[in-house]
Amino acid sequence: MSSFSDDLDLFRSEVAAFIAEKCPQKLKDMPASARTICWGGKRFEFASDEQRIWMENAASVGLTAPRWPVEYGGAGLSRAQEKVFREEMEKAKAPSPLESFGLWMLGPALLAFGTHEQKLKYLPDITNGRIRWCQGYSEPGAGSDLANVQTRAEDKGDHWVVNGQKIWTSYANHADWIFALVRTDKDAPKHKGISFMLIDMSETGVSTKPIKLISGSSPFCETFFDDVTVPKQDDGTSRIVGELNRGWDVAKHLLTHEREMIGGGGSGAAGGILGGRSLGAFIDTLDDHLMEDPIIRAETMELEIDTLAMGMTMERYKDMAKQGGVGHASAMLKYSGTELNKRRYEILMSITGSEGVEWDGDHGTLAPEWLRTKANSIEGGTSEVMLDILSKRVLELPSS
Amino acid sequence: MVASLVPTEDEVMLRDAARGFLSESSPITAFRANRDAGRTYDPGLWKEMAQMGWTGVLLSEEAGGSDMGHRAAGILSEEMGEVLASSPFISTAVMTATALKGAANDRLAGIADGSSIYALAVDEGAKHAPLRTALKAEKSGNAFRLSGRKVFVADGGAATRVLVLARTAGAEGEADGLTLFDIDADRAGLSRTAKRTVDERDHAQLDFDAVEATGDDVVGEVDGGMAAIATALNAGQAALSAELLGVSAGAFGMTTGYLKERKQFGRTIGSFQALQHRAAHLFAEIEITASAIANAGRMLDESPEDAEIAVSIAKARATRTAKLAVSEGVQMHGGIGMTDEFDMGFFMKRARVGAEWLGDYGYHAARVAKARGF
Repeated sequence: MSSFSDDLDLFRSEVAAFIAEKCPQKLKDMPASARTICWGGKRFEFASDEQRIWMENAASVGLTAPRWPVEYGGAGLSRAQEKVFREEMEKAKAPSPLESFGLWMLGPALLAFGTHEQKLKYLPDITNGRIRWCQGYSEPGAGSDLANVQTRAEDKGDHWVVNGQKIWTSYANHADWIFALVRTDKDAPKHKGISFMLIDMSETGVSTKPIKLISGSSPFCETFFDDVTVPKQDDGTSRIVGELNRGWDVAKHLLTHEREMIGGGGSGAAGGILGGRSLGAFIDTLDDHLMEDPIIRAETMELEIDTLAMGMTMERYKDMAKQGGVGHASAMLKYSGTELNKRRYEILMSITGSEGVEWDGDHGTLAPEWLRTKANSIEGGTSEVMLDILSKRVLELPSS
Repeated sequence: MVASLVPTEDEVMLRDAARGFLSESSPITAFRANRDAGRTYDPGLWKEMAQMGWTGVLLSEEAGGSDMGHRAAGILSEEMGEVLASSPFISTAVMTATALKGAANDRLAGIADGSSIYALAVDEGAKHAPLRTALKAEKSGNAFRLSGRKVFVADGGAATRVLVLARTAGAEGEADGLTLFDIDADRAGLSRTAKRTVDERDHAQLDFDAVEATGDDVVGEVDGGMAAIATALNAGQAALSAELLGVSAGAFGMTTGYLKERKQFGRTIGSFQALQHRAAHLFAEIEITASAIANAGRMLDESPEDAEIAVSIAKARATRTAKLAVSEGVQMHGGIGMTDEFDMGFFMKRARVGAEWLGDYGYHAARVAKARGF
């Protein structure tokens, strides 16, 4: 049973009261730029007591995962209720209580493919912020050709022995568990021998090494598996999500999900330097002469038009998804959204000129953000892979 | 309640009906036959559109219309664009119907039943610039005398009436002092010269030599012509954007069809990744533009006074997307795309004229930039 009313108006007042009472004022008063994400997990250091309190309060009524069923740690809200909740959070300037790969990716995968026992075992630890997950997909030899994963899980009766290497594992060095694509049948065709496996990273033989990026930060790691023992079951709950050797189905499902999320980053009010402001509002903070160059002006106008049109497209596709799905056309959102975001940052760098290239200048993190956007059209499927999907699956152009 | 950008059931039905009608009454072969015969206007098609109720899409029921709104008008325009159906729909059923909203029903009845064809005479130079109107309307007693020249007047040849923007006060470039007149196209002193344009549609130059008009001919207020015409222009720009989306879709459909048929090097050319990626990019551009068009229609229906940015985003996107669709269309067809016998050139030529009419990319981008604060 949800702790909230079904009636939308009642719900709005209840959830507003909850936010008013349970989200510490200090968090609400914090400017967006000073906020840090609450990731949760055993090794997570909260930025403040208030951050911890808000996470715990929200989790106690399932609001860290508003739409997940109550029995798995969610709040069991409808889509309309969730929208109201987000609106009220925004109104109160309350930050998101918890963000994680568990919430974004593993949870949706378990809800779609997991058994009841798996959901009971893993989901509440995600919503409570106790366990932080990371995603083990890419490998040195499996980038765009993801189905070529070579990390092997050998069947040893009651357990698996895992050997291999993952790369581009986001925040693996901070994670407690990893959901990974591993090869469980090396003789089957490449898509048919992969399983979606849950691995405790505190097991002997798991190690991580951060990769320093051109932006100077290290959000990604290499993750190594060296004779790692993975039990097949914990008290009867399988460590494989979905069927054995059918992990590709789960992965594909999640990739579609991920694409829509990354595409969303390319639209409307971007985070980072713009911090929710419009481009015009950002430009207002600059010296007038920076916008006098006619070429920069023209590029900026075009960017603004495309940004607004992309926002409308996100809205239209969201509604289409509600009415029966957009299928492979979601690859368009990922392609166009990420290319747009890269363009946005190129233009921001042009506008700010020599001020923009300083690591710690007046524009704060603009330079590393600009560099970071270059990965947008690579991660989660490159732009070229998206164009392949569109041409083959949507336009039905011949494959050879 | 803000409407969804996904079409309603009614809108889907309207689109299907429009498509069915146009495939019968106005396939591209009909446009070609008109072109070959030197006809820029097809009275039979216009009459059928009136019978279908298209001419009354924006008129109230009292005025003999169906009042379906701007989204519906956009759907009809888009379908017309896809098969290159040529008619005074945007000039008459969209822009004039919007400008004369609230006028006496007898004036609107002619639009609803298809007997009136209106042209909007606004521009005087090579670029859309209503404020640069210099055509003079001199006051003499209770009457006005109009003198000057209007160019690129769409449907100016077939028009039975003309909405003309004239300067009654102020200087060129100023919004105040413009007045909108609704006059008979055959009034003494008004001469019309047909101009052949690449899209083979009806365009004319209008010369006014002391054309008489009375206070009854004024639409809205004297010196307040911009207020009288602003929403009409926005409505026309939105419908034209929808037409250009249809032009893009028509060219794109031909192109993907050809990619699936044409063989070279022993393979279907659509199997080449270089062409696949260009087609997929074009698909993405068309989808994004389609959202902007749906949004412009929604804004005009829900809050027309705030629709300007939405309309300009739509027109800017539609202009750019149509240009891309037709140039990619010709390139991916290869040599045959350059032949007159093939229809791709028709799409290209209509896209060029549509890009200029009612404001080009730069005009609309500047409007967006101004409204967005830079």
